[in-house]
Amino acid sequence: MILVLVETADGAAAEVSLETLALARALAAEGGGVPVQAVVVGEVPDPAALAEELGEHGVAEVHQATGDGVAAFGGAAWAAAVQEAREATGSVVVTAAGSVRGNEVLAHLAARLQVPMAANVTAFSGLAPFVVTRQVVGGAALEEMRLDQRPAVFTVAGHAWQAAVAPTGPATWHTFAPDVAPADLVASVVSVAEKEPDTSDSLRSARVVVGAGRGAGGPDGFAPVAELAELLGGAVGVSRVVTSLGWRPHHEQVGQTGSRITPDLYVPCGISGAIQHWAGCASSKTILAINTDPDAPMMTKATYAVVGDMHEVVPAIVAELRRRRTGVEC
Amino acid sequence: MTRVLVCVKRVPDSSGEVVLTDDGQAVDGRYAGFTISDHENCAVELGIRLADATGGSVTVLTVGPAEAVDQLRAALALGAGAAVHVQADPARLGPDDVAHEIAAVVRDHRAAGAAYDLVLLGNDASDSGDFQVPVRLGYRLGLPIVTGASTAEVTGDRVIAEADGPEGRETYSVPLPAVVSVLEGGVEPRYPTMRGRMAARKIEVETRQPTREPVGPSRVRLLLPPPAPATAEVLGEGPEAAPAVVDLFERLGVGR
Ligand SMILES: Cc1cc2nc3c(=O)[nH]c(=O)nc-3n(C[C@H](O)[C@H](O)[C@H](O)COP(=O)(O)OP(=O)(O)OC[C@H]3O[C@@H](n4cnc5c(N)ncnc54)[C@H](O)[C@@H]3O)c2cc1C
Repeated sequence: MILVLVETADGAAAEVSLETLALARALAAEGGGVPVQAVVVGEVPDPAALAEELGEHGVAEVHQATGDGVAAFGGAAWAAAVQEAREATGSVVVTAAGSVRGNEVLAHLAARLQVPMAANVTAFSGLAPFVVTRQVVGGAALEEMRLDQRPAVFTVAGHAWQAAVAPTGPATWHTFAPDVAPADLVASVVSVAEKEPDTSDSLRSARVVVGAGRGAGGPDGFAPVAELAELLGGAVGVSRVVTSLGWRPHHEQVGQTGSRITPDLYVPCGISGAIQHWAGCASSKTILAINTDPDAPMMTKATYAVVGDMHEVVPAIVAELRRRRTGVEC
Repeated sequence: MTRVLVCVKRVPDSSGEVVLTDDGQAVDGRYAGFTISDHENCAVELGIRLADATGGSVTVLTVGPAEAVDQLRAALALGAGAAVHVQADPARLGPDDVAHEIAAVVRDHRAAGAAYDLVLLGNDASDSGDFQVPVRLGYRLGLPIVTGASTAEVTGDRVIAEADGPEGRETYSVPLPAVVSVLEGGVEPRYPTMRGRMAARKIEVETRQPTREPVGPSRVRLLLPPPAPATAEVLGEGPEAAPAVVDLFERLGVGR
């Protein structure tokens, strides 16, 4: 049995969890068709809808952990729930997305079970021994790692796999109230601040995305980028450096731990093209990179490139667009 | 009087080209140089701020090769008051080994009357990217763990930490002692002063040996991804490229 921790957003399975299910199904097939089961922690607004969605993605059974112990997020409490589901199902593999939650909860699980854990896996090869390939050194290198002990615990790098349907009919739904020890409740979330309005849906569906990275230089460096995006009827996407430094909100982040975009045109400005960023933008039909460094990975992997300072190039493009539209210089 | 232990790891600088050692077991940092991860720079900064705010102290710890004393000195120059060096070859250690050795230091210091209130680590090391040493350490010590915090404050006998979660900014309030892993972004790491550097030289580093034979990292080998062939067509240089760019927009039919 393969058990997948499925995260939800607004009642639907998170895209990265569906990607993890795609890897889990490939692994299940390799293992001679072992069933894939899901564990969902906490309340979901419409279990029937989620059961149907997960069934579409090859899940036979869903185990939903409910009750006070898991009402607020806590790494230990959620891991206790996953641990109970893994015992009940006798799963030999437990996996989750390489998201903030996925990495945290499975690290707890691995520590509790005293087994190794592999973070950010992109592929597996061979079942005996079970060897996974994972991202290390910020994606600049890969590591082949043995996972000899059972359960094999690993997380799947975001957007390394693509979500795909494999219908088996609606998944059977079970609920259980995990037995969460008081010590596991100590480090649980006590409050969550209201999130700023999330525009990641429009980013994911945008036909044009104008991106900006560290090259923007600071929180004030995004105005020309936003203007270009607006002129092209598109959205702004940014690198993780930009969200980590607080220059722009996280929901604008493109990449492994952000959104996967699929526009007709992506215009990354001042973005080096690290593997984790590439994971989120590789499905763009055309990429036009703007960067001072002609050898940056984004500049060589793009379809088109402009070598130059984004603070000069982007305003010049904006001016040229306006000039052609209005027929006047501005 | 918060007593903070901050754990840092000597890692190869991977901002440039990454080269592997001949046996494929490690990144060869001889040419690029060594540093600590950004998350750990922020952990050191947070530790110093917490100690300053409460009249406490910061001890910095590393598990690593002899040369990792450079990374300890760098943290001492910023304001840490003591340093512990567990000398070990990082290529032979797995995340559980590292957690085991840190836990041994924490226990020994506690037994010697110098217990820590808070252990800070980076959320994930920029080389091995295991995402689990802080959590394993928490279990070994039987302490609560908050991961991915970008800010932390001590009030009374609790640490209040904030982290970005999928639903928004999350607050944790955890009794001390506790383990907190830090994600960059919440604080701006300071730079060393000349006075700090001088003072750091006088501090004696406590040197220790590992307390057990390592289990190891289960690593088969490291690989470099194949170099991507350059495929881009260069449209031009600088602002003069703007007309060619807008021609491209028109050809693609975007923005109309
Ligand atoms: C587990 C994990 C998950 C991650 N997830 C993500 C993710 O989801 N998304 C993501 O983006 N990253 C992610 N990262 C981080 C990623 O590895 C890179 O650090 C990040 O993408 C780099 O951002 P950047 O390109 O903006 O900055 P840098 O790599 O610093 O690149 C800046 C670029 O700007 C150029 N530049 C500088 N000044 C100018 C200028 N004036 N005009 C034009 N160009 C200029 C430089 O030449 C350089 O190429 C992740 C990392 C890890 C370890």
